[in-house]
Amino acid sequence: MTVSTAEMAQARVRADAEARAPLLEVAGLTRRYGARIGCADIGFDLWPGEVLGVVGESGSGKSTLLACLAGHLAPDAGRVLWRDRDGRARDVLAIPEPERRLLARTDWAFVRQNPRDGLRMGVSAGGNIGERLMAGGARHYGRIRGAAADWLARVEIDAGRIDDTPRAFSGGMQQRLQIARNLVSGPRLVLMDEPTGGLDVSVQARLLDLLRGLVREMGLSAIVVTHDLAVARLLAHRLMVMKDGRVVETGLTDQVLDDPQHAYTQLLVSSALRL
Amino acid sequence: MTPDDADYTFAYLDEATKRMIRRAVLKAVAIPGYQTPFASREMPMPYGWGTGGVQLTAACLTPDDVLKVIDQGADDTTNAVSIRAFFAKVAGVATTESTREATIIQTRHRIPETPLTEDQIMVFQVPIPEPLRFLEPRETETRRMHALADYGLMQVRLYEDVARHGAVTLAYAYPVRVAGRYVMDPSPIPRFDNPKLDRSPALMLFGAGREQRIYALPPWTRVESLDFEDHPFEASKPDRPCALCGAEDSYLDEVIVDDAGGRMFVCSDTDHCANRRAAGAQASAP
Repeated sequence: MTVSTAEMAQARVRADAEARAPLLEVAGLTRRYGARIGCADIGFDLWPGEVLGVVGESGSGKSTLLACLAGHLAPDAGRVLWRDRDGRARDVLAIPEPERRLLARTDWAFVRQNPRDGLRMGVSAGGNIGERLMAGGARHYGRIRGAAADWLARVEIDAGRIDDTPRAFSGGMQQRLQIARNLVSGPRLVLMDEPTGGLDVSVQARLLDLLRGLVREMGLSAIVVTHDLAVARLLAHRLMVMKDGRVVETGLTDQVLDDPQHAYTQLLVSSALRL
Repeated sequence: MTPDDADYTFAYLDEATKRMIRRAVLKAVAIPGYQTPFASREMPMPYGWGTGGVQLTAACLTPDDVLKVIDQGADDTTNAVSIRAFFAKVAGVATTESTREATIIQTRHRIPETPLTEDQIMVFQVPIPEPLRFLEPRETETRRMHALADYGLMQVRLYEDVARHGAVTLAYAYPVRVAGRYVMDPSPIPRFDNPKLDRSPALMLFGAGREQRIYALPPWTRVESLDFEDHPFEASKPDRPCALCGAEDSYLDEVIVDDAGGRMFVCSDTDHCANRRAAGAQASAP
């Protein structure tokens, strides 16, 4: 299972790269809350295998942007094009609900800041991981359980905890379980909203390590929203800096963080704590 | 009963109400397993005592029908006797305890052991029509899940059972998939009865009065109990013969017979048991 998933992922990255088309094309995305702006005129391309970081202070529209991309919120204007497995460009905002749900449990993954929002707290770890497989039609208990055990190992949770509910897990374990639950279906696009928020630093470090490994191994394309510049530097290839609902600066992560051009980015970078 | 001395419309409900219920039944039959809303009426009995079933029976009855009512398989319990007496009074129809003679069988929690025929209608009393109720409390969301056939959550529930207990432990109201589409609660019949739903020659109607839902299985509809490939569905029953008629293949009730913990297992279907005994069957000596 482990090997085949990784191989499949790499084959997919190659296939996608051959298509030489972005996985996600976003243009003019705008969402207002009444007179206030959630996010305005956002545009970017996400390429296969690429990790895009979105940074900015709270209230800058990062989470609104992510919710619009995932289809949880309907944007007021703009276009999101998604390249499906057959290489066709699909308008995400026009995809019918049944197909969007299918995508949401196969090709897309959404990792929430609070694992309680992304997990079923009353269902065992194995059931949590198996849900996407069963929703996709898996009906062989032994194989579902095997996949769950395999993914627990990959996110460094003891296989003996497979029948425990997430309630009995620590915060860091819950977050790792949420990641396993999302990645078990081999998604092509992962959206993460503050994946390390609320965890203490040593747990954060292990989680980042894990995420980096999985991104590389599975060739994941991901959008990571964070207010933590260190997380962005470790995970993201490219950065997008947001302020008051607009993108103020984009570029390669190292370039943006080492040589910030926009005044706000300069403020953000200089505000980061250094030991 | 002649029209002059009738105190009620035939079968208690007014004609407009019966027409409304029949319309819901037609829709339910057209979409097997789909929970059709209907404007459930107050009946002269409390919710939970079979108001949904009684309304369906009232809407289906014709003067020539022969009605049988069972409660947990028995013809002689309070609920069954009362409903039978009710329709004998307000519709003047013939009633029976024999499954073979009946044309309409209203039931709570059982399907008769005697095979049904194409000329019969089964009416089930349903307390909770929504199979996803305890998995997802929001009705708006469960309706969307049905609409999109998004049933992963139901399978997760079965997974949890197998993970914890080694087998699915649902003994009654075991969820089924109807004609490969809707997941349906077969009402609290024991799972022993689930196979009788599959391709049944009789029309099966399900009425939930408090919840205002009607659903149906047209004759010969494919009904599969949800399971796993490596943990297939099993119809279960107490592993012993009936203490009265010796039947090995009928569903049994456990009856406490004294204060010393004495118990016996007898057929839950009283008509089936009585017929067998009348034909000379008896339990082998214990």
